[in-house]
Order: sequence, then structure tokens, then C-alpha cells
Amino acid sequence: MEQFDFPIVLPEIALSVYAMAALLVAVYTGKDGLARIVTWATVAVMLALAAWIGLTGRPEGVAFGGAIVADAFSRFAMVTILLAAAGVLAMCESHLRQTGQARFEYPILISLAVVGMMVMVSAGDLMSLYMGLELQSLALYVVASFRRDNLKSTEAGLKYFVLGALSSGLLLYGASLTYGFTGTTLFSGIAATIAAGHVSTGLLFGLVFLITGLAFKVSAVPFHMWTPDVYEGAPTPVTAFFATAPKVAAMGLFARVMFDGFGNAVSDWSQVVALLATLSMFLGAIAAIGQRDIKRLMAYSSIAHMGFALVGLAAGTEGGVKAMLTYMAVYVAMNLGTFAFILSMEKDGRPTTDIQDLNMLAKREPTKAMALLVLMFSLAGVPPMLGFFAKFGVLKAAVDANMSWLALAGAVASVIGAFYYLRLVFYMYFGTEAKGMESRMAPVQWVMLMGAALVMILGVVNLFGIENAAALAAEALVR
Amino acid sequence: MITLTHYLGVAAALFVIGIFGIFLNRKNVIVILMSIELMLLAVNINFVAFSSFLHDLAGQVFTMFVLTVAAAEAAIGLAILVSFFRNRGTIDVEDVNVMKG
Repeated sequence: MEQFDFPIVLPEIALSVYAMAALLVAVYTGKDGLARIVTWATVAVMLALAAWIGLTGRPEGVAFGGAIVADAFSRFAMVTILLAAAGVLAMCESHLRQTGQARFEYPILISLAVVGMMVMVSAGDLMSLYMGLELQSLALYVVASFRRDNLKSTEAGLKYFVLGALSSGLLLYGASLTYGFTGTTLFSGIAATIAAGHVSTGLLFGLVFLITGLAFKVSAVPFHMWTPDVYEGAPTPVTAFFATAPKVAAMGLFARVMFDGFGNAVSDWSQVVALLATLSMFLGAIAAIGQRDIKRLMAYSSIAHMGFALVGLAAGTEGGVKAMLTYMAVYVAMNLGTFAFILSMEKDGRPTTDIQDLNMLAKREPTKAMALLVLMFSLAGVPPMLGFFAKFGVLKAAVDANMSWLALAGAVASVIGAFYYLRLVFYMYFGTEAKGMESRMAPVQWVMLMGAALVMILGVVNLFGIENAAALAAEALVR
Repeated sequence: MITLTHYLGVAAALFVIGIFGIFLNRKNVIVILMSIELMLLAVNINFVAFSSFLHDLAGQVFTMFVLTVAAAEAAIGLAILVSFFRNRGTIDVEDVNVMKG
């Protein structure tokens, strides 16, 4: 270990020290009375870290004997994760307060989960991969069952815990086989062994188990069964978080393992990932049609979106990774806006998640309905919106990698999936007249909703430079 | 003579028993927690066997990490189970069904 290893992991250290300090301060002084201050402090810390990593750039390099890799890829993913987490915390603060769930542990658990995610996307070793993943997962199990007096929330936490622990076990078994058949836990060492031409059956088994574990974490079909229940049962602020930052981290980790570790064996995993992608896109599109609960609907929507992101990964090229990263950034922006609206849905003074309550919303709330319409079109991938260009990017990457069938499947699935997004729009504009919901919004939520909708329209011009950053990140990953 | 294959065989058998314990068990959530523990310990046997066979210490270091995480995981699992029990009054697997799916 050398002294200049520490500057590389300084963002992680800073955030974990902050989380522990905030925990001590809050426990010994105001407890839940401090929830509001701790939340905003956490948002500030995360924004500061994102600005620090994104603008000045932390030193790039390899730390702790290869366990942590800091490059353009981890930088891009970290900034996305930090911004998403800060956005979710900022827009959920008032909702938690109004529903009487304001606890100071919530922002602290989220920061610890974010530390885990930052380790995940910069992992260069099976050990740091596992530790990062577990730090993230353990914190998320707890926030899923955050309303401990609520049956649905605890059941969601229990289901998430059992299936998450199972997936960690599968991933770990894959890691042990990979270690045994390559003789190292370093990704670079694994890549070197594969480059030397030693791809044994045992190593392939390890690879399959690793992919299975990772597919659980990104909720790709057939390992998606936990997603709808956890999204529905968990409190809405937690669901909003689940749909954004952890997905970016899991996709980032997936790309890291596949390219840093198994980048010389693309043909061995690309077909498997392509299959996962196809199944996710179709199941996400078809199963969402029957849903009446908007949180369950967003769960299937996220499964479908992960399928599209996996298409970029399955291409196995630099262009594919670039398209995948762009897709994830756009996906996070769309979900932040949509969940800002879902958080504000209210009927008779109580939060509601029934999509029937959207009936004729356009008459009462024309601006919000218009913003939601833009976001729904973007989620569906209707051309003038940013979501279309993100989808186009991954499908084009698949065509460039001679996987036209995958691109075709993606196009068909996105047409099927458009149905349920457009149905929400239909309810808002042409639904039956009934006593619907009202939308009581805090200023932050309003800004998030309108901001996300504006980004979906204005981003078409140049994607705000995200594409260049994603290209640099992909270049660093795919060597 | 006990070779690497024997160790791997035992580990694989324990791992599969763990997975089946999760999916076939229709009784009690505690059994699921035990099955998860069994899976992680099977992985540890794998790591230690490989580590000894390869004369490489990394596997044993990994085992230490896995043991630590397994303890934390069991603690969180039991905590969630306790709060579930308080709301539902039972921990039968069949009763974890408020939401479909």
C-alpha cells in the first residue's frame, strides 16, 4: 500500500466519514428532529462530491494493488449515481415529512448505499466487487422495510432480502470458481489468463454464475421476480431511489466485470447477455399492460429499460458501452421526473398509486399533465424526445455489432411497451370524468418534474455533452 | 488421499442443498436464512480449497470478508424478519403473500 493510493479513494472515504459522523451527531442530539437538516446536508455533500469528481477530476489510476480502478468510466458512473441520489433525497424530503416518516436514518442509509455503489463501479478485483455490492445491498434491504409498522413495506424488505442474499450467493459461487480456475481475484489477472488461451469449463461455469448474480441486481428477466413486489411494497421515496442510482451502479458493475475481467472472451458472454436483454424487453413490455398500480407499472418499465441497456452491453463494443451509459443517464433523468410526480399523487389527502386516479388530470393540472406527457413519450421512445435517441443509440450499437435480430426485437418490444405509457396519457387527457386525484407538490418536486420534462425536449440538441463524457468512459473501459 | 475435486464436490453439494432449501421450503422463513448461510459457507470451502491448492493467500482473505458479510447479512435478515412478524403475526413462507408475485 502506498501513500498516494488514498487520494484516489478520497471521495468514498469522505462520504463514509460523513455518514458515520452524521449518524453519531443525530443519535446523540436531536434524533428524528434532525431528519430535515441531515437530509439537506446529505444532498449538499453528494452534490459537492459530484462536482468535485466531475469537474476537477480525482487522480486517475489504480489503488490498493488493483482493487480500485479510477478511470473515466468510474467517474461517469459515480457522477450519475451521486446526482441521482441527491435528486431523490431532495424531492422526497417534504413527502417523508408530510406522511410522518421523517427519520434521520434514511439519508444516512442512502449515503452508505451510495458509498457501496461508488466502490462497485470502480471495482478492479472480485473482493472489492463483493464488498461494494454487499454494502449497497445491506443498506437497501433496510430502506426497503423502512416503514417498520407497515405490513407491505416489511414484506417487501423480506422478499428483497431473501432474493438479494440468494443472488449474492450465486455471484459469490461464480467468484470462487473464477478465482480457482484463473488463480487470481484481480480483473486484470483474469483477463490475462483468458488472453493466454486458458478458458476452461470451470471458468465458464464461474462466468455464468457471475452473470446470474449480476442479472439479479439489474433485475433482468428471468431474475426479475423481486422487482414488482419490492417497488410496490416499499415506501414511494425508497422506490424512487431503487429505480435510479442502484440500477446505474449495477449496470456499471456488470460492464466492469464483463469488459475488465472477461473482455477477451466477448463471444462467450455476449449471447447470454443478448438473451437476458431480449427476455427483459419483452416481459417488461407485456407484463406491464395488466398493471393498475403505478409503482408496479414503473417496476415493469424499469425491467424493460434494463433490457434496452443490456442490448448496449451485449453488443460487446466500445460503441455499445457508450450507448449503454448514455441510456442509463437519460433513464435516470426520466425516472426522477416521473417519481417526482408519483410522490405528489394524492386522493382525499392520502397518497394514492392507482392509475385510474389520473383520469382527466389535464383539466385540473394542465402544466403538470403536459410535463408528465413529455416524460411518458420519452419513456416510450417516441421520436422527438430524448428517450428515443437513447433507445436508437443502443439499437444502433447492436446493428453495428452484427446483431440485427436483437435490434429488431428491441424495436418490436418498444412498440408493445408504448401501449401502457400512452394509456396513462390517455387517462390524463381523455379519461372518464370522475373524482380523481389532486397533485400537491413541494417546490423541489415541481422543479424536478418540469426540469426532467425540459431536459427530454431540449436535450435533443446535443444531449448536454453527456455523449462525449460517455464516449470517454467507454474508451477507458474497452481497451 | 483427499484431492481438490473432493472439496469442490462437497462445496457444490452444500451449495445446491442451500438453493433447494430456499425454493422447496414451504414452512418457515428461518429455514431460508439457514439455507443462505449454507450457501455462503459452501463458497468458503471452495475458496479455502482453491487457496490451498494454488498456494495463494487471496482466497483465504476473501473467506474472511465473506464470513464478516455473512454475519452482517444474518443480523439484518433477522431484524427484518422480526419487524415482519410484528405486523403479520406469523413467519410461515406461505403467509408472505400480501402482494401477488
